[in-house]
Amino acid sequence: MNESALIELGEHIAGEMEQVVLGASVAFGELTLTAHVEHIEPLIKFLRDDPTCRFSQLIDICGVDYPGRSQRFEIVYHLLSLHQNQRVRVKVTTDENAAVPSIVNLFPVANWYEREAFDMYGIRFSDHPDLRRILTDYGFSGHPLRKDFPVTGFVEVRYDDEVKRVVYEPVKLTQEYRSFDFLSPWEGAGELLPGDEKATEEGAE
Amino acid sequence: MNDMTPHAQDERKFTINFGPQHPAAHGVLRLVLDLDGEIVDRIDPHIGLLHRGTEKLIETKTYTQAIPYFDRLDYVGTMNQEHGFCLAAEKLLGIEVPRRAQFIRVLYSEIGRILNHILNVTTQALDVGALTPPLWGFEEREKLMVFYERACGARLHAAYFRVGGVHQDLPQDLIDDIAAWCDEFPKIMDDLHALVTGNRIFKQRNVGIGVVTQEQALKWGLSGVMLRSTGLAWDLRKAQPYEVYNELDFDIPVGKNGDCYDRYLMRMEEMVQSLSIMKQCIAKMPEGEVMTEDFKVRPPRRAEMKRSMEALIHHFKLYTEGFKVPEGEVYTAVEAPKGEFGVYLVADGTNKPYRCKIRAPGFPHLHIMDEITRGHLLADVSAVLGSLDIVFGEIDR
Repeated sequence: MNESALIELGEHIAGEMEQVVLGASVAFGELTLTAHVEHIEPLIKFLRDDPTCRFSQLIDICGVDYPGRSQRFEIVYHLLSLHQNQRVRVKVTTDENAAVPSIVNLFPVANWYEREAFDMYGIRFSDHPDLRRILTDYGFSGHPLRKDFPVTGFVEVRYDDEVKRVVYEPVKLTQEYRSFDFLSPWEGAGELLPGDEKATEEGAE
Repeated sequence: MNDMTPHAQDERKFTINFGPQHPAAHGVLRLVLDLDGEIVDRIDPHIGLLHRGTEKLIETKTYTQAIPYFDRLDYVGTMNQEHGFCLAAEKLLGIEVPRRAQFIRVLYSEIGRILNHILNVTTQALDVGALTPPLWGFEEREKLMVFYERACGARLHAAYFRVGGVHQDLPQDLIDDIAAWCDEFPKIMDDLHALVTGNRIFKQRNVGIGVVTQEQALKWGLSGVMLRSTGLAWDLRKAQPYEVYNELDFDIPVGKNGDCYDRYLMRMEEMVQSLSIMKQCIAKMPEGEVMTEDFKVRPPRRAEMKRSMEALIHHFKLYTEGFKVPEGEVYTAVEAPKGEFGVYLVADGTNKPYRCKIRAPGFPHLHIMDEITRGHLLADVSAVLGSLDIVFGEIDR
């Protein structure tokens, strides 16, 4: 899509919401805004209601986990403007304890998306009407999409014929979980082999 | 439930479970229904019974190994989902897909759309009491799945679209057979129309049921048929065209009332449009490669591997280490049969995705169920559920 239109749109938003938008960048033909977490509600409201933006649809909310950072979670909002035929991505960061203001009042669809982010990452949303788990099992503990959650999980279930019900037990792997690191440290020769630069210099003459 | 206590004396109010093993629940859906007599007061969908941790698993697999997981999301229109992921990875890699592969992808995406819509319209009829439509419709689905099988060896879980193109070229006789099927199918469509469209019972159960307004559709993040049924002409194939959709001539059916019956009619019309797209693809399909020429992404040709050591090494490296995708993040969306299917891909420069969020269209569609079914009769729940077109593979992920 038109990159200059996106840059222009980004500048417009950054100009109008100067105190709120920390940065606007365009990469791969997509506009990304970063903001401080407590300003997310006014920013989304602006994006929805501003006549030049009119991002009338909230497409998605998701978390991303970067355990190395002090603000380990990134919450990524995707919005779509049917009017402008543009998309925008808004990113805020938070940690395990601080709550993110819920935007359910602006977009009711955020209800389930925020529940999902809570379930998967343990990100808390303040003023959410119904912050329950959504995808995992009843009584599940832990947040499976965190990078420190093992792929195999912690418990497994089976039907126990003696007690006549499904029982939960710690995971027992008959074979060790295999995670191969195929990334080879050998990078190979680059485009330019040592000594080649001389050859091209001569050839250019 | 929470609001049980105030009505404890009121004998008309009660709570029932719909599912998780209900034939009209289209999979493993548990609906907790608060009823006032036969009127639905509140619906609380409990989802996640089919949660498999797809996104977590994708983070531990290489990009090529991630593709089969996309078949298992919406297992009705499988290739459309692979398409979303391949487009995301290609955008990060900056790969151009050869034209023949683009036409093949569009051709098979439209087959996927017809597969999906046949299933949905006929089972919607089944949900409101008609048994024959699915029997007639599934015969055609069977033929289409044979086309899937002849292209890639699998009837459902295709893994046919690859980053950079499609796995193998289509033989000419397969293309001829698809063309022949395109000529036969309108007859079946006529039969289905005769069977369902004018049917008095079907209309009674669907007209004016589960009405979505335009404002609701926007705020609740609806897409695809659900959004268009409210009168908004929005289709990603037209609005943000990918592959060769901008060269093809097709119409977007738009609804008027936003009810279950409109959605049924639109799906029927979309099948006609898909048929026309398929015919155009077959007519315009050029000869040539079906995979990018970037040998750091595509596997080498089989014949070459017999002779070239280099090719053999590449093959080995591609199927163990995989290819590395440069750092960055993209969101790509395709118009899947059910609506906007999006993939938000974060790459960290290694051979595995750092994060792959799957935006399934069915997720918000099921979410709005409570809003649009309130005040309807219990029997309408299955009619609304049928018209939402939900598949639990993609909602639970």
